[in-house]
Amino acid sequence: MKYLCLIYGLEAAWAAQSETDRNRIYGEYMAFTEDIQKSGHLLGGEELQPTQAATTVRVRNGKVSATDGPFAETKEQLGGYYLIEAADLNEAIQVASRIPGARDGSIEVRPIQEME
Amino acid sequence: MEGEGFRQIESIYRSESRRVIATLIRLLGDFDLAEEALHEAWAAALEQWPSQGIPAQPRAWLVSTGRFKAIDSLRRRARFQPLLGDAAEHLEADLPEGRDADELEDDRLRLIFTCCHPALNPDAQVALTLREVCGLATEEIARAFLIPAPTLAQRIVRAKAKIRDAKIPYQVPSPRELPERLPSVLRVIYLIFNEGYSASSGESATRPDLTGEAIRLGRLLADLLPDAETTGLLALMLLHDSRSSTRMDGAGNLLLLEHQDRSLWNREQITEGLALVKRALSSQRFGPYGIQAAIAAVHAESSDAAATDWEEIVGLYVVLHRLDPSPIVELNQAVAIAMRDGPLAGLDRIDALLARSALPGYHLIHAARADLLRRIGQLGEARAAYAKALEMTQQGAERRYLESRLQELGGNDLPSRPPPGPH
Repeated sequence: MKYLCLIYGLEAAWAAQSETDRNRIYGEYMAFTEDIQKSGHLLGGEELQPTQAATTVRVRNGKVSATDGPFAETKEQLGGYYLIEAADLNEAIQVASRIPGARDGSIEVRPIQEME
Repeated sequence: MEGEGFRQIESIYRSESRRVIATLIRLLGDFDLAEEALHEAWAAALEQWPSQGIPAQPRAWLVSTGRFKAIDSLRRRARFQPLLGDAAEHLEADLPEGRDADELEDDRLRLIFTCCHPALNPDAQVALTLREVCGLATEEIARAFLIPAPTLAQRIVRAKAKIRDAKIPYQVPSPRELPERLPSVLRVIYLIFNEGYSASSGESATRPDLTGEAIRLGRLLADLLPDAETTGLLALMLLHDSRSSTRMDGAGNLLLLEHQDRSLWNREQITEGLALVKRALSSQRFGPYGIQAAIAAVHAESSDAAATDWEEIVGLYVVLHRLDPSPIVELNQAVAIAMRDGPLAGLDRIDALLARSALPGYHLIHAARADLLRRIGQLGEARAAYAKALEMTQQGAERRYLESRLQELGGNDLPSRPPPGPH
């Protein structure tokens, strides 16, 4: 079963981090990524650029509209994701709980809809 | 078959159905399919048992019959949905297992942990547990919680869909996971008990059907998983329930702990509860439920409010607050301090709680304050506090209690009564 782990956190707090702190956290992410690659959980994952780079696209009555910013303004912002393979939700929760961002932000775990 | 035989079948139905469903859910991997299979297994039993006799192991018979009926039904449907054919073959290839008693009891634990999985909505955990583990009908649960049956049914459907779609596994958590998983199970059981013990709304203040189910669940969990807190929770529920027949007077009005006729408390439940408290506390791994049970045990062992060891109770609240800090615990501690040191000492504590708006909208803090104010003769303030408490509760019996207190204060002749203890 595939699960998408969406990493939410405070973008502003991340931007305000010192260079040293940021490098330390990147180091933790690299170690975690390597870890779940070895254990066979990792299918993919990326860090996202901040929401100021986001564009929301809609098509209404055949007309494309593109607007600045994310779909919804939320307290925490989506900052990255992992796509993982896990036996069940409990295993997915175990993996998600080890994502460094889980300690100050939150991880939304969403099962991937399998094609029938 | 004689009437005796039918009675025997009926008793097997009552005692085995939920065990059988727990195993069928594991074997079939689907709640609805298992429910259907159980239904068909019973239809077959009612057809065969009266003429051929009751099998030596009715539970195993029901499980294997249900399983075969489910495979049959998947095959029939596979003509329209080919994937179901694979599912049927897969089920048939799996060796029938779980015949041994331990494995079957484990299935009941698996079911409880699945229904109380923290990834499910908390309201749905309660509904699903009562439906699947206790076997209550959707309408019964809806009535008990005073919500429309379609709303409750929807809640259960959504929870089952999440179990299936997000793949919540059917398993007892490993010892490593247990500390984070057990609390939600204990919480669900205690919520069911509390809803029965002091219903949040409605005319009647108690619902014995719910307290009975909660104690049954607590007993099951304490038997299968004799941890300090499962034992503590069972003790707590038994000791509270032992007073259930004295919590109301003949007119359905609430009676506080110190006005209850203690000779009517259920001795059998108290004896069992006290033994369980002792066991929970001696394990040294006790938690909030064990401590609350110990507080209830002090009351159970006291002949009246005056003879109660309030020093001990205050001390237990200090421990409880350390384990599980909450303003409700502080409020109860304040009331116990008032019993030990006098109303003023309790009032100080309560006013400090109110000053940091720790329990906004909680009627009992105002009711407790009102009773202490009345005791020291500050009647105007007492009246205002009772009125405030009254605004904050919809529960019939509690409203009547507060109204009668207000009425008493309206007159000039005031009976002097001690403040409320925890009730």
